[in-house]
Amino acid sequence: MSRLLLTVTLVITSSFCLFSQNCFNEFSGKVIDLHDGKPLKDAIIYSEQLNREITTDLSGSFSISNLCDKFYVFEISHPNCKTKIETIKVSKNINKIFRLEHHIEELNEIIIFGNSFIEKSKTLAENKISSKILEKNISSPLGDILSNLSGVSSFKTGNSVVKPIINGLHSSRVVIINNGVRMEDQEWGEEHSPNIDVNSLDKITLIKGAGALQYSGNALGGVIVAETSNFQIKDSLYGKVLVKGETNGRGLTTTSNLIKTNKNGLYYSIQSTFKQFGDFESPNYILSNTGVKEQNASFRFGLNRFKYGLELYFSIFDNELGILRASHLGGAQDQIRAINSEIPLIVNDFSYEINAPKQDINHQTFRIKAFNKFESLGKLSVQYDYQQNNRLEFDIRRGDDKFKPSIDLELKTHSIKIDLNSKTSNLLNIKSGVIGRYQNNFPDPKTGVRRIIPDYDKYDLGIYSVFDLKINNNFLLEFGGRFDFSSLNVSKYYRTSFWKSRNYQELFSSLIIYEVRSQTLIKTKMNFRNFSTTFGSRYNFDKNQFVTFNYSIASRMPNPSELFSEGLHHSSARIELGDLRFDSETGHKITLNYIFQNKKMNLSINPYINSINDFILIEPTSVQTTIRGNFQVWEYRQTNAQILGLDIDVSVVLNKNFYLDNQLSILKGRDLKRNQPLISMPPLNINNEVVYQNEKANNLTISLKSEYVFRQNDFPNNNFDVFIALSETTETLDLSTPPDAYHLFNFNSTIDLITKQNYSLSLSLGIRNLLNKNYRNYLNRLRYYSHDLGRGIIFGANYKF
Amino acid sequence: MKINKFIPILLILLISVTSCSKDDDNVVIEAVNEEEVITTMEVTLTYGTSVITLKTQDLDGDGPNTPVVTVSGNLAAGTTYSGAIKVLNELESPAEDITEEVEEEDLDHQFFFTAASGLDVTTEYSNLDSAGNNLGTQFTLTTGLASSGDLTFTLRHEPTKPNTGLASAGGETDIEATFNITIE
Repeated sequence: MSRLLLTVTLVITSSFCLFSQNCFNEFSGKVIDLHDGKPLKDAIIYSEQLNREITTDLSGSFSISNLCDKFYVFEISHPNCKTKIETIKVSKNINKIFRLEHHIEELNEIIIFGNSFIEKSKTLAENKISSKILEKNISSPLGDILSNLSGVSSFKTGNSVVKPIINGLHSSRVVIINNGVRMEDQEWGEEHSPNIDVNSLDKITLIKGAGALQYSGNALGGVIVAETSNFQIKDSLYGKVLVKGETNGRGLTTTSNLIKTNKNGLYYSIQSTFKQFGDFESPNYILSNTGVKEQNASFRFGLNRFKYGLELYFSIFDNELGILRASHLGGAQDQIRAINSEIPLIVNDFSYEINAPKQDINHQTFRIKAFNKFESLGKLSVQYDYQQNNRLEFDIRRGDDKFKPSIDLELKTHSIKIDLNSKTSNLLNIKSGVIGRYQNNFPDPKTGVRRIIPDYDKYDLGIYSVFDLKINNNFLLEFGGRFDFSSLNVSKYYRTSFWKSRNYQELFSSLIIYEVRSQTLIKTKMNFRNFSTTFGSRYNFDKNQFVTFNYSIASRMPNPSELFSEGLHHSSARIELGDLRFDSETGHKITLNYIFQNKKMNLSINPYINSINDFILIEPTSVQTTIRGNFQVWEYRQTNAQILGLDIDVSVVLNKNFYLDNQLSILKGRDLKRNQPLISMPPLNINNEVVYQNEKANNLTISLKSEYVFRQNDFPNNNFDVFIALSETTETLDLSTPPDAYHLFNFNSTIDLITKQNYSLSLSLGIRNLLNKNYRNYLNRLRYYSHDLGRGIIFGANYKF
Repeated sequence: MKINKFIPILLILLISVTSCSKDDDNVVIEAVNEEEVITTMEVTLTYGTSVITLKTQDLDGDGPNTPVVTVSGNLAAGTTYSGAIKVLNELESPAEDITEEVEEEDLDHQFFFTAASGLDVTTEYSNLDSAGNNLGTQFTLTTGLASSGDLTFTLRHEPTKPNTGLASAGGETDIEATFNITIE
């Protein structure tokens, strides 16, 4: 194509020669690197018409004399750059600057090595999950994959609803950025797992702290950044198909993607996942109604040029999750029966059917993003995104309502984000930006159940700046600040009896709009102003070791559940009460991270302390008698909390074929006002893995992983007594005592069957819970009612082309 | 595009998104009318012209108010009463009779009667579900000697049927109401 153009231009330009007279013009100029403006030495300016070749000097300058008044075609080339062809009209002495894409080679190289990602924070502990690990776990929920990292545990409701806990904190305190979009998927609920298809990702970065202010100011626990890689700038069509089958749950997951890239920077990709599992099994019985059905797809289309780029992204995530049938209970008397029973109260034959209780979730994301690199300013990115999250929860119901959801929430979020990344010099880099967001929550009243989360409109405006200052080659400082303003406009029906019992009648009587059938409608507008700051430093001792320090202050406004809950929460058989009077909580986290790396060993030691003022927690306060029996009442409360912890990662290369991985995470969380342990804190856990890898034998990899989870010995006592009419006895409902320690083994193996230039095929075989161990997990909300998963054999095939 | 044009355009976009505040201060959202809530259970015990009513009423459901429990009178010793249970949702007006739903879905429901050991009564089911198992919206209660104690009514949803009593019934509790009864 370019040859054709060249010929055409040559023909046209040569026709102008007829009219040429003055031939004493001089054309001078400079060739510079488009990326950093540096002059390019040894660039060649070639003209076929003149049959001349001029090389630029040290300052990138050149000059060509004795040119006529006409059009000339020049080819500007440099060994490391993409060649540029330009037609120049010469009529007098002219001067021109040519910008070449110096980094084109480098860009491709980086992508080939899978490192086309930038560090998110320079001074906070970061852990990464590579595409290789993601491909091994195509059927696992995000939360389970993340728990492979030190300092991360999973907070579960059964085995499909899995939330990541970072250094002891979860839900609203963990922010998830999916492909540049901050997930707004009702993350506040304990049984709301992130609505992300892990198979649409190439890499996940975990930031253990709130210091990455470009993402958010309220991530007291940490930030999870899930991304896809940038595509190569060359003509190519490639993709992959992954299939995985598992005996436990008798399920199948398939995922595939197809990517088309072009030399001109245009690209598109389509990805889809399908997953279906039936009832999972514990070692001795079937966990009835725990099946999963998931269908996801994502689509990307964009233009990637060095100086500018544009991308459209759309994704749809749809899943249906069964919740253990035996966990749906009607009060304390039922809970006692369920806990005392060695096997769940309801165990049916295996089935793929998903009945109530279940969750049916649909999450859609649309995003348009563009960037432009301004020489003077740096890289400016603009992004608009829209998310729509629809959550249906089905309970066991009666009569006409049997197939109606009990919860039908629709959360819509629009965001606009402008970010500027400017490298003012080699020493100082400034990231800054503004973000505006509008969110609407609509709980559909047609459910026939009082709204658990009220109708609201929320407006957010955030502004941030983060500075990286390189003092010298070994010492770096990072500091930044962020301000967030949020306004929440809420309409809520309170039960009049609750409204009065809380004394809200006197405190907030002006908010009342309307009263009907023992319900009181209120409207309120709440404003929150939150400041967050970060200060950190990094010092390199030598080539192999460095230490980072970070102090971050983050503030989080209370979530709708903490403010407005008032009523029975079916999935936990308890009454939950929020408080309208809550203010933001503020966390101060200090982290230290020492890293040693050489060819034989990797070591990371990461102690931290997180002090949170006005920490919002929920705890049992009383027992409420209703016509359905007794329910425990859990109320949200603000206190001061402190979490102290240590994460250690070690990997040692034993010889060419063997290496060892070790991880240890320990933390202690305390409620400082009551001087008691915090609830649901992960116990000490130690993971050890031995890996054998032989590149000569078809890259055979065999690994055995041991996972030791200790018993949590620090827990608050939330037990209470219940009178049982049948036996005429008073029994203690023990919801506090953590289960015993457990030790699990997991086996994994992969082999590359075919590795050709154009395609490859590898197979895998894994066994989860190798010894079919019976265990219960303290961080699983359904631990009272059933054991965790038994043995599962996993077969997989991975085809890439 | 020149940067000095770019930035103002972006700022306008940003402001337009954050300022699209809806002026809906006067909109009143619809109240949810909870249709399947059980607020009230009324047990009538009839012997000839003598009618004793046991009633529990919890109008705010899982709200902070406790159920109001009333027993209209004492039972006579050595008498067989015919009992009928009525379950209502009094949040609706007129009150919805949920007994009908319970009887329609008879395979999924069963009432259980638990007398404290001090109370000298025996109970018997008078009506059965379509599969011939106990349902219990109709029952008979036979009093023995003068005594007093608690009588508990439990409605289980999706119990194991047939069963040998509450202990083996499983299912989940829809109603659990206890009345203090005196036999004289």
